[in-house]
Amino acid sequence: MSFYGLIWRLLPGPKSVKALLAVLLFAGVVAVLFNWVFPAIAPLMPFNETTVGE
Amino acid sequence: MRVVRGLIGLLGELLITAGAFLLLFVGWQLIWTDVVADADADQVISTMQTQFADPTSEWVQPKKVKLGDAYAIVRIPRFGAKFAKPLYEGTTRDVLMRGIGHYPKTQQVGEVGNFAMAGHRTTYGKPFNQIDKLKDGDVVLVETKKTYYVYRVTDHEIVLPTKVSVLLPVPNQPGAKAKQATLTMTSCHPEFSARERFVVHAELEATYDHDQGVPADVLKVAG
Repeated sequence: MSFYGLIWRLLPGPKSVKALLAVLLFAGVVAVLFNWVFPAIAPLMPFNETTVGE
Repeated sequence: MRVVRGLIGLLGELLITAGAFLLLFVGWQLIWTDVVADADADQVISTMQTQFADPTSEWVQPKKVKLGDAYAIVRIPRFGAKFAKPLYEGTTRDVLMRGIGHYPKTQQVGEVGNFAMAGHRTTYGKPFNQIDKLKDGDVVLVETKKTYYVYRVTDHEIVLPTKVSVLLPVPNQPGAKAKQATLTMTSCHPEFSARERFVVHAELEATYDHDQGVPADVLKVAG
């Protein structure tokens, strides 16, 4: 049982292709996090307030 | 035994993933938001400079701004000769992600009363990162299409986020009638915290026609 092992096995091709695909997959995940996930959770963080009042 | 070992392995992967997620979030918040906001601010500044220099341009005047409009360039020599950030109308989250924001309920730049603005201390281009380095007498220059406004820092205070009286026409004096044009800047304090606010007050010293420019000695940083 291993999540990352499972992904590795599902990636097609020889080792070098697998490695390249794994890097691309990781880059894709980071892009999704940077563009959608993190901007969505940032407002919930306590250190971004700069105004007085409401 | 094999099942237990497998479960522990899965748990380990989960923890590593969570750790990587948190590290990425910190990197995004502390580095990437600055990269994005700085690039955006530079673009907006360069657009405004072109528009300010163009006599036929009808760039938005401070009296006619709508929420989210960029209408001035803020320069603070103490923060560096190249320091220039766009000033927007409003202090909503979206506005402050792009630059400095003017509190809409306070007076407008140059007017008698209190012209108040807010900016991030950390992240999103952190325009007021060095607000605690400002000394009394330091210049805050606000450039609009028609006018340069020179404000000089008079004092600062560290207050709770609820202390809205710093934004009054005469700061901290409810009911007082304003005779002086003042500027108030707010940012968070301490850095990376929302516990308090760092507040700087300044007074309008002079205005200059945009065509005329600002004398170089006005912008000199003392000490």
